[in-house]
Amino acid sequence: MSAKKAILSGNEAIARGVWEAGVRLAAAYPGTPSTEILENVKNYKDIYSEWAPNEKVALEVGIGSSIAGARTLVTMKHVGVNVAADPLFTFSYTGVNGGLILVSADDPAMHSSQNEQDNRNYGRFAKIPVIEPSDSQECKDFVAIALELSEEFDTPVLFRTTTRTSHSKSIVTLGERTEQPGKVELVKDMPKYTMLPVSAKKRHPLVEERIVKLKAYAETTPLNRVEYHDTKIGVITNGISYQYIREALPEASVLKLGLTYPLPEKLIKEFAARVDKLLVVEEGDSFFEDQIKVMGVKVDHGKDLFPLLGELSAAFIKAQVTGISAKLKDAAAGLPGRPPAFCPGCSHRGIFTILKKLKVFVSGDIGCYTLGALPPMSAMHACVCMGASISMGHGMAKVIENRDDMTQKVVSVIGDSTFFHSGMTSLLNSIYNKSNSVAMILDNRTTGMTGGQENPGSGHTLSGEEAIAADIPALVKAFGIKNVVKIDPYNLVDIEEKMKAALASDEMTVVVVEAPCVLRYRISHPPLKVDPEKCTACKRCLSVSCNALSMEVKGDERFVVIDPNMCAGCGVCAQVCKFDAIGV
Amino acid sequence: METTNILLAGVGGQGVLLASQIFTSVAIEADLDVKQSEVHGMSQRGGSVTSHVRFGSKVYSPTIDPGEADFLIGFERLETLRNLHCLKPGGTVIYNSMRINPSTVAAGVADYPDDVAAQIAAFGEKAYEIDGLGLGQQAGNPRSSNVVMVGAVSSFLSLPESLWEEKIRQLLPPKLVELNLKAFHLGREAVKGK
Repeated sequence: MSAKKAILSGNEAIARGVWEAGVRLAAAYPGTPSTEILENVKNYKDIYSEWAPNEKVALEVGIGSSIAGARTLVTMKHVGVNVAADPLFTFSYTGVNGGLILVSADDPAMHSSQNEQDNRNYGRFAKIPVIEPSDSQECKDFVAIALELSEEFDTPVLFRTTTRTSHSKSIVTLGERTEQPGKVELVKDMPKYTMLPVSAKKRHPLVEERIVKLKAYAETTPLNRVEYHDTKIGVITNGISYQYIREALPEASVLKLGLTYPLPEKLIKEFAARVDKLLVVEEGDSFFEDQIKVMGVKVDHGKDLFPLLGELSAAFIKAQVTGISAKLKDAAAGLPGRPPAFCPGCSHRGIFTILKKLKVFVSGDIGCYTLGALPPMSAMHACVCMGASISMGHGMAKVIENRDDMTQKVVSVIGDSTFFHSGMTSLLNSIYNKSNSVAMILDNRTTGMTGGQENPGSGHTLSGEEAIAADIPALVKAFGIKNVVKIDPYNLVDIEEKMKAALASDEMTVVVVEAPCVLRYRISHPPLKVDPEKCTACKRCLSVSCNALSMEVKGDERFVVIDPNMCAGCGVCAQVCKFDAIGV
Repeated sequence: METTNILLAGVGGQGVLLASQIFTSVAIEADLDVKQSEVHGMSQRGGSVTSHVRFGSKVYSPTIDPGEADFLIGFERLETLRNLHCLKPGGTVIYNSMRINPSTVAAGVADYPDDVAAQIAAFGEKAYEIDGLGLGQQAGNPRSSNVVMVGAVSSFLSLPESLWEEKIRQLLPPKLVELNLKAFHLGREAVKGK
């Protein structure tokens, strides 16, 4: 009987792989392109899985599970590892009991991210091994090897994917679950797990010894593979770039690294000696190239041909190596773009319409509401990382001297999931340090931008069980904030009046907007219509940036029409119309 | 078998990913190697969506480079035009004539090009315009226009008709199977004899 096959994304294959390898617990905070790993893990009932409020908490839950002896998976997007870095670096010292994999899903080219940091650097920095798959089969196979490696070398393993390995589908041969070796029970071992200076000083030398042992392991591991073809060109590569190389340069010899930290020095020198020209092809930083050069190996081409920015492709690699690029007909120049936008009926639309009108400085955060930065709204003026809106807004308000000019007033805007992630401490700081800024918490009862996941305020867990929903206004009041105001995001007059009052106050105001996500909870009302007799084609309603609206031209007549299949009946466009032309 | 490259282009919410799934599952059943790639995240909020499907004896890269697509399946006129440069010389465009305004057009800051069909024709490759929305409606639901498009492309591929039908039965909820089989056949017939 032939083995069962399926076509899986890298994320689905990781979920399958950890199930087959006996993992008992999985924790994560959602983040593109990592989110679907836990969404698939939750379907395997042998694994307990949960959404944590942030990546640091997720990793700490994982560390606890590992210390208790269970095989463990923790997943996050690349920038999430920054949040989890504190426990990660010391967990490197304690080592594991049950094997632990930390998946870092990187996003070269920033399809859905605020930076394109290359998290292979974390392996070197935290002195832990890094494993990188190049397709879905390897995602599944490598997680099993990673768990064994984690236990054998007493180390967490950083498992790095990129958007193309996370979200591409390829054929995977499935296996069955094998329960993990070893018992799940707590054993008190203070010198290993209690990191006081006295014990940490004894663990650090073990970390350095571990890297030396891992270097020896790197020379023989099946994770690294040499494919000798023609030896005129030899390429050292990793991850998705391997697939591009095989497509672009089928004749080239390849040293494909699956264990990408630490590097196999002997293997690399041997390979370099056998080929005429050595190329190092890696997306992101010159991580291999720098280390290979330090080994004293001559690299003929690396970052001189393959940039630090964005993604590679087979065509690009071929063009860079051969100097011949395909001539393309370009039809796309000058076409109107199709950026993402607030959904019809979205509760954020009215909020940003008024923030724009008030001309305030909006200190933003990460979520669907970040789309408020795009034209024609253009009403978000700073956005750096998860949870930063309130603390940045506080810093701005502390140094601004001209408090009468509306353009110098700051409104911080943050969503519910991001508030739970790391906005709570920012708000605590603001009230403690007597901030006079205004913070808006847009609570739509879901983690929207990543596809509508549960969070501590949504009332359900990852597995769909009912859970206690955190009460945001009560939480904010408990911090000591007196001015807690609720706003109806579908009533523009209400928003404007209450925001003006908040901005006039010398004390901090927190505005809480409670309106469930219309996409996630499928909320809609009867569609609205435009009366063409009343419509003057002034385009005012179009400024609310709703895809259900468009300008219709019939001969000399111009008027706005509303697509009844898209309109959710929220009424925001009707409220900005000066001619009373929009109604049910 | 040489690799066949199919690029699907549309707007978030149009069923581009389900259509991709039908292609990949038919290819895997035909014992071919297959890869599919898409980027999701920001694209879900009414933005442009593309999906790359590649099948053949052995497929390495999961993405189709510009100038390499054998077929461009456009689920919307403007998105078809936006991705024409991905087509290889001699490639085939099959596109749904429907129009969905991008937010830039809805906001009145950009104009929707009014000569899309002419621009596609002028590009110089074989082009088939399909009334996907109309045929979907004829099948029973305009939302099945994605399967109409799959049907249209299927008539260019030498894979057995029964395989397509089998996969549509497997991938769609039982309630929607008959409707989508009808949509598939309407699409398949629509390009014949053109």
